[in-house]
Amino acid sequence: MSTTQKKTVYPYIPNSTPQARQFMLDAVNAKSVDEFYADIPKHLKLDGLLDLPAPKLSEFGLKRHVQKLLNKNTSTEDNLSFLGGGCYQHHVPSVCDEVNQRSEFVTAYAGEPYDDHGRFQALFEYTSLMGELLEMDVVNVPVYDGFQAAATSIRMACRYTGKRKALISGAINPDKLKMITTYCQADVDIHVIPVDQKTGGLCRASLKDLLDDQTAVVYFDNPNYLGVIEDGEAICSLANEAGAVPAVAVDPISLGVLAPPANYGAKLVTGDIQPLGMHMQFGGGHAGFIASHDEPDMVMQYPSRLFGIAPTEVPGEYGFGDVAFERTSFEKRENGQEYVGTAAVLWGITAGVYLATMGPQGMQEIGEGILQRNCYAKQQLSKLPGVNVPHFDQPHFKEFVVNFDDTGKTVAEINLALQEKGIFAGHDLSADWPELGQSALYCFTEVHTQNDIDTLCQALTEVL
Amino acid sequence: MNYSDTDIRKHRHTDGKPNLRRFHQARWDEPVVMELSAEGERGILIPEAEQAVRDAAANVYDTLPSSMRRKNAPALPEIAQNRVLRHYLRLSQENLGADLQVDIGQGTCTMKYNPKINDQLAYSPKMAELHPLQDESTVQGILEVMHEFEKIIKAISGMDKASFQPRGGSAAIYANAAVIKKYHDAQGNTHKDEIITTMLSHPSDAACAKLFGFKIITLYPDDDGYPDIEALKAAVSERTAGLMITNPEDTGIFNPRIQEFVDIVHEVGGLCAYDQANANGLLGITRARDAGFDLCQFNLHKTFSTPHNSGGPAVGVQAVTKELVPYLPGPLVENDNGRYYLNDDLPHGIGKVAAFYGAASVVLRAYAWVMNLGAEGLKEVAEIAVLNNNYLMGEVLKIKGSSAPWAKGKRRIEQVRYSWEELHRDTGIHSEQLGLRMADYGLHYWTSHHPYLLPEPATFEPTESYSITDMDEYVRTLKAVTEEAYSNPAIVRSAPHNCPIHKIRHDNFDDPERWAVTWRAYCRKHADSSNG
Repeated sequence: MSTTQKKTVYPYIPNSTPQARQFMLDAVNAKSVDEFYADIPKHLKLDGLLDLPAPKLSEFGLKRHVQKLLNKNTSTEDNLSFLGGGCYQHHVPSVCDEVNQRSEFVTAYAGEPYDDHGRFQALFEYTSLMGELLEMDVVNVPVYDGFQAAATSIRMACRYTGKRKALISGAINPDKLKMITTYCQADVDIHVIPVDQKTGGLCRASLKDLLDDQTAVVYFDNPNYLGVIEDGEAICSLANEAGAVPAVAVDPISLGVLAPPANYGAKLVTGDIQPLGMHMQFGGGHAGFIASHDEPDMVMQYPSRLFGIAPTEVPGEYGFGDVAFERTSFEKRENGQEYVGTAAVLWGITAGVYLATMGPQGMQEIGEGILQRNCYAKQQLSKLPGVNVPHFDQPHFKEFVVNFDDTGKTVAEINLALQEKGIFAGHDLSADWPELGQSALYCFTEVHTQNDIDTLCQALTEVL
Repeated sequence: MNYSDTDIRKHRHTDGKPNLRRFHQARWDEPVVMELSAEGERGILIPEAEQAVRDAAANVYDTLPSSMRRKNAPALPEIAQNRVLRHYLRLSQENLGADLQVDIGQGTCTMKYNPKINDQLAYSPKMAELHPLQDESTVQGILEVMHEFEKIIKAISGMDKASFQPRGGSAAIYANAAVIKKYHDAQGNTHKDEIITTMLSHPSDAACAKLFGFKIITLYPDDDGYPDIEALKAAVSERTAGLMITNPEDTGIFNPRIQEFVDIVHEVGGLCAYDQANANGLLGITRARDAGFDLCQFNLHKTFSTPHNSGGPAVGVQAVTKELVPYLPGPLVENDNGRYYLNDDLPHGIGKVAAFYGAASVVLRAYAWVMNLGAEGLKEVAEIAVLNNNYLMGEVLKIKGSSAPWAKGKRRIEQVRYSWEELHRDTGIHSEQLGLRMADYGLHYWTSHHPYLLPEPATFEPTESYSITDMDEYVRTLKAVTEEAYSNPAIVRSAPHNCPIHKIRHDNFDDPERWAVTWRAYCRKHADSSNG
């Protein structure tokens, strides 16, 4: 039996054949590839091979290996899920996947507006569709996620006003506040507006106290992290009267039924487009948008790319390209606005497909359906013994706080028991929101049927 | 030509070599999606709430404050589903993805093959339908993948811990700048307010450091194209907080004195962050930690084969030495006797750099890629990427008007920054114009980041994914285009000819009166040219 080991020819590496390697070495007059690494000092060169697991060389072997790992997961298709808190289970229309799995988009990157015309047009359409949803004229090419968009909107407002005091609603995801704090530390003084415990909304009296003529921006989420729909008009009016920029983060899927923030006075609007056609992917489906009116002083504050429409030399032909590119760090390095890099373009294209598919009717119906399910769920849950909905009288869009203090059980105990019944219960708020006691954030979207909600209530009755 | 022959092949070759492609990209002349609207059409129907649910809710609008009710439906188009699909498929055909061509023209971007099996695995509901707040016991599979991939990154970099939270390469550079800031704050080093970088490192190295209030000192290359070590010595001081540097830089020239750079900065108490965007030629060859670096970052969408996705989603891996672990963003994936969990107990950490844990499905793809190749395969990746690049350089430099300035006669690592200075002097044709003409043959081409340090730059990076035949085709086309620059410059100047559209009139883009970032702005500003 021969013991000579055959060299592996790798399917992803055409020139991994011995013949190709030799042909190229000869062509460049080199004895071995070591010559190309001659500039790397000997003591920096790795001796031998990396310490890595043995490879699964065959595609089938690899597939089996990874599937085995993935099969250890239980997904929201396996279980009934009521998790929200910034990442949402919605139906993803089949055309969204069909388009965003197209190799032409998946494997493209940074081609020119000519050979990559399709990408430019799809992104211009995405910003145009978002512009209609938001009733704003300027929308950026997506940034990393809603957190990043929020942090950038705060910095934009500070540059725009020339001030550094930012008032941030306390009713936002605590992780988002962490992100904003780190991102803005050098140039922004951050003050958190407390949450009104009665309403679950931001405390307007505190906002009034904190506002002064040094305030650059008043930032809040609407609906907020606790699911409460804030009185956006009242908050934006206070900000505008003080000369501060009202910056609002919004769930875009709410905008078929909720007023776009521009209509109640917001000057900067941000959010996350994950609900618009992206699978949750353990948090991998996020992308952020930033929108404003078409005011040049504000437009010049964007760090992100902005794609505009323009004529070509052929009448009737649309072309697209970068608007005011010299704002960016690509053009001006540290003298550009913040920074820009590879972020989440494919999700922007997908959200465009989503909005084009949904249309005005679809967006309105999905919003109404979510409001209805939340009304029903609130009523049903609050009927359960020991279960309270602390902000019951407030309007909620797709999630709300459910309190279990009177059951004598912790959320952790309840959630574990529900999980055993195949239910992912609402997100446990007790660590981050101790003032809410043993509370959880329950989310209901168009994917939930009456039976799903009743199943939840029945299961809760059994475990409480 | 007399075309009575039935042997098609002989008309496809000249002197035994294939002719240039008679390429023409799809040109659908597709309207903007808003123009497709037809009143009442539907793209999808929405699952209605049951009667009992609707009854319980009554009129949901009554629960909303009046200022929070949407008064007019959004002016989105109304389009039947197959018409939406057709529109976007046409746009996809007007886009030149890497799968369709020899994508060695987008230098610095590491356009390698994205294995389809990895996409298929990522599309599995066991990945796609995971909520990030699920109990850890229900996501042990993906946590294990992340933990195992961290081990791989540790082996490749020599670092002690990694975070996959940053959602892109620049985001990881940002996270590294944040750690440098946090570290010095924790040490009470308030005087350390300068970051040193190089002109040939990515612009984000400078821009991200600036976000933390650092003053930026930028080193230019010396006459040989290396970052100038004398300039570094002159720049360092007690104020130096850190060095953020690429190696090889976008020139493809490896800086042999990299450890001296690190030592010089360490001597004054600065930290060194290795921007490993150009790591493809170095996998399994040399490691960041061995050269003394404290932090590094990798772009999974470059070196680790995950798709570029037209510009993300992506992952920038942040990897650090154990001294810097306390400053990482949370949560980190840990393993306790076979149980994987998310550790957010990082009181000194930089907090969050992204929502949740970044793009986990990208990590899954990168993990699958490494698991397919193993240690020998990764070394093969690096060696063939470098061999391909040097082969390509030899062929490109045979073309009249080309040059590879700096480090004359030296080999390159994984890419080369070329210059068409001579061609421009001879013909008046600019590098960008050559690029647009290359697009006529279905090929990408990239110049350089700004500002250009070399006249008429071009950057090619063949990676390990292209065959000799592929590279020969690219070079043959490039040669033909440069010959046109000499013989028929008008055709180059007026390119592209075979793309979905013709030359764009750029005067709109910098004029606030005329720029239009959305269709509604366009209709408002250019009323004459719209239907709306």
